[in-house]
Amino acid sequence: MRYLPLSETNRRDMLGAIGAASVDELFRDLPKAALAQARFNLPDTASEMEVERALGVMAAKNLNCGAAPAFLGAGNYRHHTPAAMDYIIQRGEFLTAYTPYQPEISQGTLQAIFEFQTQVALITGMEVANASMYDGATACAEAVAMAARVTKRNAALVSGGVHPHYRDVTATTMKFLDVAVDCLAPDPTGIEDLIGRVTSEHACVVVQTPGFFGHLKDHSALAEACHKAGALLVVCVTEPVALGLITPPGRIGADIVVGEGQSLAGPMSFGGPGVGLFATRERFLRQMPGRLCGETTDEDGRRGWVLTLSTREQHIRREKATSNICTNSGLIALAFTTHMTLLGEAGFTRLAQLNHAMAVTLAEKIEKLPGVRVLPSAFFNEFAAMLPKPAAGVVEALAKRGILGGVPASRFYPTYPELANLLLLTATETNTAADIETLVGALKEVLS
Amino acid sequence: MTMPTTASGHRGLQLEQGLIFEQDTPGMTAVDLPQAPKVNERLGGLKNTQPIGLPGLSEPDVVRHYTRLSQKNYSIDSGFYPLGSCTMKHNPRLNEKMARLPGFADIHPFQPVSTVQGALELIDTCATWLKELTGMAAVAMSPAAGAHGELCGLMCIRSAHEASGQGHRKTVLVPESAHGTNPATAALCGYAVEAIPANAEGRVDIAALKAHLRPEIAAVMITNPNTCGLFERDCIEIAKLIHDAGAYFYMDGANFNAIVGRLRIADLGVDAMHINLHKTFSTPHGGGGPGAGPTVLSAKLAPFAPVPMVVRAGERYDAEERAGYGAAKQSYGRMKGYQGQFGVFVRAVAYMMAMGIDGLKQASGDAVLNANYLLARLSAELTPAFEGPCMHEAVFDDRFLKGTGVTTLDIAKALIDEGYHPPTMYFPLVVHGALLLEPTETESKATLDQFIDSLLHLARKAKSGTAEAAFKAAPQLAPRRRLDETKAARKPILRWLPKSGDNGSANREAAE
Repeated sequence: MRYLPLSETNRRDMLGAIGAASVDELFRDLPKAALAQARFNLPDTASEMEVERALGVMAAKNLNCGAAPAFLGAGNYRHHTPAAMDYIIQRGEFLTAYTPYQPEISQGTLQAIFEFQTQVALITGMEVANASMYDGATACAEAVAMAARVTKRNAALVSGGVHPHYRDVTATTMKFLDVAVDCLAPDPTGIEDLIGRVTSEHACVVVQTPGFFGHLKDHSALAEACHKAGALLVVCVTEPVALGLITPPGRIGADIVVGEGQSLAGPMSFGGPGVGLFATRERFLRQMPGRLCGETTDEDGRRGWVLTLSTREQHIRREKATSNICTNSGLIALAFTTHMTLLGEAGFTRLAQLNHAMAVTLAEKIEKLPGVRVLPSAFFNEFAAMLPKPAAGVVEALAKRGILGGVPASRFYPTYPELANLLLLTATETNTAADIETLVGALKEVLS
Repeated sequence: MTMPTTASGHRGLQLEQGLIFEQDTPGMTAVDLPQAPKVNERLGGLKNTQPIGLPGLSEPDVVRHYTRLSQKNYSIDSGFYPLGSCTMKHNPRLNEKMARLPGFADIHPFQPVSTVQGALELIDTCATWLKELTGMAAVAMSPAAGAHGELCGLMCIRSAHEASGQGHRKTVLVPESAHGTNPATAALCGYAVEAIPANAEGRVDIAALKAHLRPEIAAVMITNPNTCGLFERDCIEIAKLIHDAGAYFYMDGANFNAIVGRLRIADLGVDAMHINLHKTFSTPHGGGGPGAGPTVLSAKLAPFAPVPMVVRAGERYDAEERAGYGAAKQSYGRMKGYQGQFGVFVRAVAYMMAMGIDGLKQASGDAVLNANYLLARLSAELTPAFEGPCMHEAVFDDRFLKGTGVTTLDIAKALIDEGYHPPTMYFPLVVHGALLLEPTETESKATLDQFIDSLLHLARKAKSGTAEAAFKAAPQLAPRRRLDETKAARKPILRWLPKSGDNGSANREAAE
């Protein structure tokens, strides 16, 4: 087997040094009954070529977004990945290193995390950011748990404009911590009243910007209402490219900003792995989950970086830790920070402008179709459109024409008949003007 | 030895590299994008009017920046990485190549199911391997890492207890030697935690376990092989005791790589176990993730598994994405966005197929052989914490350093100068001054011999009683010498800030 370097001679010599007659003898603590029962209905070793062939066949059964005009979003976005980014994350020194527990020989990973933390703090408008969480949805749940610790309250209010998976993960996680999560009904028109609902019982209010249905809303009055009630405002961002164009949540009064970094960190990969972004105010630092990298000096006085404030973490605090997270999403965070560095301020803002322009172009054409209404008046690169027909059927009909024409809201909310005709449409820099024409032309046919 | 100083600060191939924020050329970008078409913006007054503060660099400078950073990292690709409990084995590049096939990488989680049949088949293939290898009834694929898998298992257990009127069970038993994630996970699942002691052999103290088992115990979490590198040889009896007390047996599968292909954990009486795909199944650790922690479940716990679940109807695959419906009728909910760590599944399946069941059995055999070889040869100078044979990792205590003034930490730092990544230090907590070594199956005998020579040399040097100062000064040859962690924690600097205009705390931004 090509991954195993020991020869039979090696094995014999090593058994001799150990003083064992066979490898099986080393397993003598395993229960004999279980060893005797073991049967595995699995194939034997395969060559590299055989594996490539088998997986190639499986991959070819999928319609990839490069082979079809694709307008999908709902928390997962297709953006162009610079070649340099994928090269950098495949360097073995990054790819095959562990969590930087030995800082003297992990300065590369540590400095990249420090730069990542700074970039996340800058784009969210917050003071501190951690080294990453699993994904946006789990980061959202961690934010609510943190708000409950900070405020010592056990209720949370979650907007109907938050991604349904973020809502589900938060509700599931908090159920086991006896924190009551009030998820408001889905809010496609963006009219729910959160200010009237927040009370001094709430640890936090959770909103999303841009919202799940596309709405861009000014949450500063909500932030004020939260603070008056002693609650925190948690803002989720599922499409961080938006932060190249819109006012950062930190500046409208967010206390915790969480998000999904996938859109800037490489391929969609069917939704995972992503990278959870987590940023907050400095005064909440000690309640923050996850790893943190900090600056220090070595014995020669040279600047360097270490993992720090680990007294919050499970390997030190055990059951009193702020979270159980250990492995996070280091390599995807590296992809995120590499892409952000390649973009820089000029590239990041231009990418955001391009996305918005493509989405506006799409919206202008879509809303001219008979019976179609674009719901949000303000949006970034995604918006909900009300169709004259059930959206799920429309999407299937478009797929038959080789177009991945958006995500039907009924996929998440099948029990809300008023959402049956709602379609989420996204345009990014990867869509061409021709793609948009193709979609609009096909929609015209499918809807008629 | 004194290091020569240089005008540049570089030391030959050790190149110093400032932060990206210190290399800013305003307006510079490494990405060419077309001009946006002119449109009437629809941003509803939320357009940002202030600069963000991101630096601008050119593509050559960005590539050089990260290349230089990478060269400050130790990695499996560059050397022996015997970090116990972390399974730093070779990461085949075939895995990376497969994960980048457009049919896997460039697909969206909410495409129509008819257009992602191959992706669902891939998840189902991974699930089938994991169920076959463990003999368990079901597997929850969505947990993102080991600790997340632990949480999945405990959530299933709590849901099952509540469904059968056993909701009063509110305590979980965890051995003292467990990873910190075990008690942290139990707390996150709303449980109180009680520690059970180990016996002198480094295994669960059955008498103590019996004494702790009572009607309020919901589950017992046991790592097996345990963190001392030993198999809990009484685990079938332990499972029986746990079940007789009405509790569930959660097995921490962090060390599954030691037994894969040899026995099925279902035959041990296990109710739930997570599997770190980034350990046993060779997916890269990436400097701290992403991993994946699929959790296998017994028939009793399977109905409570989280969504999403891939379901197969004849030739067609589908996914149940909502709890309370269809196959997920009794599911406790969702714990991760989308379909789990799909890209990690692709890598793991590429590895499973390449190894085959015969290769996996050989891998656990070689991993255990390598660890026992270290245990045998290093015992010439070091003090093993427990009697062998060990499983996939060997643990030494610090008795061999007694009276030398040299500590476990010093040995670890001296190993850095020798060109090795140190073993795990001071863990498990039940071993004084522990050094936990996990060689894995992907190291050759020649590599092990060279490492053994280095470590034996250091042990003899420490015992000589004349080298304390040299040990305290190590490492001297790494990109950095020992870093001041106290300073880092006392006045945390967690982000870069421009020097001018900052006259308050180094971290406080002028928030508006």
